[in-house]
Amino acid sequence: MDYINLKNNGSIPLSSIPELEYDRFLSSNVFELMTVKHTHCVNYYGFPDNGKIRLICCIANDDTHLINVSSTTVVPGKQYASFTAQNLSFERFEREIHENFDIGYHDHPWLKPLRYAHNRVDKTKTIANYPFYSIASEELHEVGVGPIHAGIIEPGHFRFICNGEQILHLEIQMGYQHRGIEQLFLEKKNLSQRVTLAESITGDTVVGHTTAFVNLWESLCGYKAETDLKFERTLALELERIAVHTGDLSGMCTDIAYQLGSSVFGRLRTPIINYFQQWCGNRFSKSLIRVGRSNFPFTEDLAATLTKVFDAYEPDFKEMCKELFRMPSALSRFEKTGVVSEEDVRKIGTVGLSARMNGVSRDIRLSHPHDLYSEIDHKPIVKHHGDVYSRAQMRRQEISQSMDYIRTMMTNLPEISTNRPELQSPEANTFAITLVEGWRGEICHCAITDGIGELRHYKIKDPSFHNWLALAIAVRNNEISDFPISNKSFDLSYSGHDL
Amino acid sequence: MPGVFRGRPVISKEQVDEDKLRSLCPTEAITGSPISIDIGKCTFCGECSFAFPGKIHFTTDYKIATNDRKRLIIQQGDDYPFELNPDLIRNEISEMFHGSLKLRQVCAGGDNSCELELNACSNVNFDMGRFGIEFVASPRHADGIVITGPITENMAESLQICYDATPDPKIIILAGVDAISGGIFAGSPALNRQFLENHKIDLFVPGNPIHPLTFINGILELIRERND
Repeated sequence: MDYINLKNNGSIPLSSIPELEYDRFLSSNVFELMTVKHTHCVNYYGFPDNGKIRLICCIANDDTHLINVSSTTVVPGKQYASFTAQNLSFERFEREIHENFDIGYHDHPWLKPLRYAHNRVDKTKTIANYPFYSIASEELHEVGVGPIHAGIIEPGHFRFICNGEQILHLEIQMGYQHRGIEQLFLEKKNLSQRVTLAESITGDTVVGHTTAFVNLWESLCGYKAETDLKFERTLALELERIAVHTGDLSGMCTDIAYQLGSSVFGRLRTPIINYFQQWCGNRFSKSLIRVGRSNFPFTEDLAATLTKVFDAYEPDFKEMCKELFRMPSALSRFEKTGVVSEEDVRKIGTVGLSARMNGVSRDIRLSHPHDLYSEIDHKPIVKHHGDVYSRAQMRRQEISQSMDYIRTMMTNLPEISTNRPELQSPEANTFAITLVEGWRGEICHCAITDGIGELRHYKIKDPSFHNWLALAIAVRNNEISDFPISNKSFDLSYSGHDL
Repeated sequence: MPGVFRGRPVISKEQVDEDKLRSLCPTEAITGSPISIDIGKCTFCGECSFAFPGKIHFTTDYKIATNDRKRLIIQQGDDYPFELNPDLIRNEISEMFHGSLKLRQVCAGGDNSCELELNACSNVNFDMGRFGIEFVASPRHADGIVITGPITENMAESLQICYDATPDPKIIILAGVDAISGGIFAGSPALNRQFLENHKIDLFVPGNPIHPLTFINGILELIRERND
């Protein structure tokens, strides 16, 4: 067998992952697995192994609900045939492997620096001296935006090549947010430090990434989370979705200069995140989710309060949406702006919101359910125009859907466990993987332990890792003044990408 | 302030296993004997108070911004509201900025939570615009910069360029635990915090992330008219 398969939150001995010759590894993953329907690569990365680099490729099959894992060994400095030349969805993974380990790919279309990581091999390349793609023409001009942006958002550089108002090409350079998180996971050995790191990967997806970490850690320790913990994590994940989507609708209204929408959606976000503060003391739910326990059990009182919050939120939300989505001046900015075709969505291999916005139903809640999702009959919302309008409609509908799920969940509160088993140490020489559908899309964390059960390697993949290329394609042939609304309609993570 | 908000902590004289208490903190904010908590390093996770509720209690006092770095270290037995040290406030700050303060935000590795809260400061709920405080789109229009994030190597130069482009007189505000001390990222080789060694900071706003009320109240205290 060219691969071993395991379910979401599964863990297996590292030695059970088949180690293939590189050419077979390439053909197995790219040709065989990728031609099977509803498969996509959820993680593909390298780690140092006896002077060489071990590559692990994880391909999720949404029909079988299994993740197929295979591996190979490559040598720094050597040249190999790339996965990307056959399948574009691997492009960023291979750029990372090249940047961090000096693995050469002779046919990769563009080995652009990924994040200028502090432990990259070629330190002569810095983020200040990157040569952006340019065209020699007297009729075209370049516009550079960032890293520091006009509004209060994370840093990244956008280099446009324009013909008058029209964008011909956008190149995005990231890495400004690189903090060295994966290395810190190995160095900071207390569980409290690691969970704090997970909370800080990207502060707008605290529940998503922390749930991924705790599920992964519990899997390594053989800890089966009780129903009340799963309940809290599922509810918090859906509530985070509602909170951020509301903020995104506010941001999109700002970008089309619709003051009323901007203010109303902005103030509607407040009671949702204030509820997180009522629950755990933090508006972003930092401190809420922990391994094997909960500092803030979800009580009947908390359920009653959340019901009141939703009852107040819903009528105003519905009214504001009705206004926004029938207003010709708003629709003219949303419709047919920032389009990514279904063909491009499939080619790029986007995930989550950025896939479901044009025909590709990728949603871990359905395909690889974790926590209480196996009890929710989840129907992913899929749109078909791939424009800002589709992405805005998705926010609107996912908010209502998440609210329904939470309301249903609250009719059946689980008992709060008072006798949790003690957490064991992580299993030695083990590989574990976790997938969580954050509000942007699929989050994937992978861990490998060493001979004494200590963390040997930790790999984080934020959904934005797949999706940034879609933004670059979306703005082509749009006016540059439509860049903010296109960017906001995706709302991708810089810190999640840069780690 | 709804719910179980963790603001300024107080430390009682209760005898506890101090080694265990210190080891609980993810960012080593708890040190010393007697115990002290540096809220410039504190992530406000509350683990110390859950383990030792008689020893550490987080009040709901959200006015925890200050201009004196040493003031962020809460000593055992301290239980009084924060004040800014007037000697550290340059005259031009209260003379020029008491009615209008324009700020440039520089995200230097922030995880987006402080940035979202800084945006919230301008929304209709918190509305700091009514005090004349606004974020502007260019350092040329600004009276100061607000830094979030632990300051990554890759943002270090851009931060310096932005600060240099801001006309005098100007102020520097650090927002959030990551900016003040590096937070959980302290010690990472991917950071470059040299900027902070070279410049004086006018306001420290603790939090993980900052709460809008902490930020706004801190600034109002910094810029208010002073007759001395």
